[in-house]
Amino acid sequence: MYTLECNKLCKRYDKVRNVIDNLDLQIPEGKIVGLLGPNGCGKSTLIKMAAGLLQPTSGEILVCGQPVSEATNSLISYLPERTYFDSSMQVSQLIGFFEEFYPDFDRARTLHMLRDLGIDVNMRLKTLSKGTKEKVQLVMVMSRNARLYMLDEPIGGVDPAARDYILNTIVANYNPNATVLITTHLINDVEKLLDEFFFIGYGGAILRSGSADEVRESEGKSLDELFREEFRCSVNY
Amino acid sequence: MAWKFDAETPVYLQIERRICADILSGKYPADTQLPSVRQFALEAAVNPNTVQKALCELESRGLVYSKGTVGRFVTGDKQVLELEHSSVKSRIIGDFLKSAVSLGITKQEIIDYLNKGEI
Repeated sequence: MYTLECNKLCKRYDKVRNVIDNLDLQIPEGKIVGLLGPNGCGKSTLIKMAAGLLQPTSGEILVCGQPVSEATNSLISYLPERTYFDSSMQVSQLIGFFEEFYPDFDRARTLHMLRDLGIDVNMRLKTLSKGTKEKVQLVMVMSRNARLYMLDEPIGGVDPAARDYILNTIVANYNPNATVLITTHLINDVEKLLDEFFFIGYGGAILRSGSADEVRESEGKSLDELFREEFRCSVNY
Repeated sequence: MAWKFDAETPVYLQIERRICADILSGKYPADTQLPSVRQFALEAAVNPNTVQKALCELESRGLVYSKGTVGRFVTGDKQVLELEHSSVKSRIIGDFLKSAVSLGITKQEIIDYLNKGEI
């Protein structure tokens, strides 16, 4: 059974084109997987469909073998690209909120991580900087014992030191029953963490997949270098 | 501090070489326990499955052995250690010679350099 499976999945927002066009994808359990692709290729759309926030136009998407539903939503810990928290809340209120909402939420883990990152739980969210808000959000998401973590650009807005901490958090919480799905442009930073990667092109097509070490073995280059070649943007003056 | 990796060689191979070097240099002495996969993964900031792969390679070469569920230990077999030592030696010297040759440095120049004691 796959943690995430897409069969002939299509999504269109307008009549012009399919953002995701006939995508077949299988992601097994116990893996850290990178969904890598240029802006606008449909990564976030895919994740939102898995999280039940968007409906596929056609095709199916299965989480742990079941169609997306309330039941699958409770298996998923989702970090959206934007914060959705009420900014008048204190961090401690947010913790209470998550605790009530998710039975698999681990309060001790949250407090531990917040302390490591030097974040005061009495602060109000609106007084925090953009990067700190993102850290809080990621801490909340990683404090759940979910089967599928979907992290949409988890390290984009934070400083390099916090980035290392966040990536370490992902390694430290690694669990053979859970899968972590990461979308990011910072390939260099995540490359060493990934079991598998998928290069997604426009229309959600999978251009290439495999493990980063396979790429190094067969072509002697890093995933970052491969990405730059695959998605080279030509400059026309 | 996370370990540094180059962009050309597979990461598991770089981990394997580093642990191997640490065994040969005596950082992990014979018959002592190695850190766990998770500890290595956190220290190196890499995927635990990659560390697992590196350790399996070392195990298949007899450099480390598993003791049930306790963990992995460094071999006490002197022959295996010597064999590893000589293969690491030929790799390092081989790499050096390759870059020396590509720069047009002659054998005599290398010998003269070594004889001057500039090592």
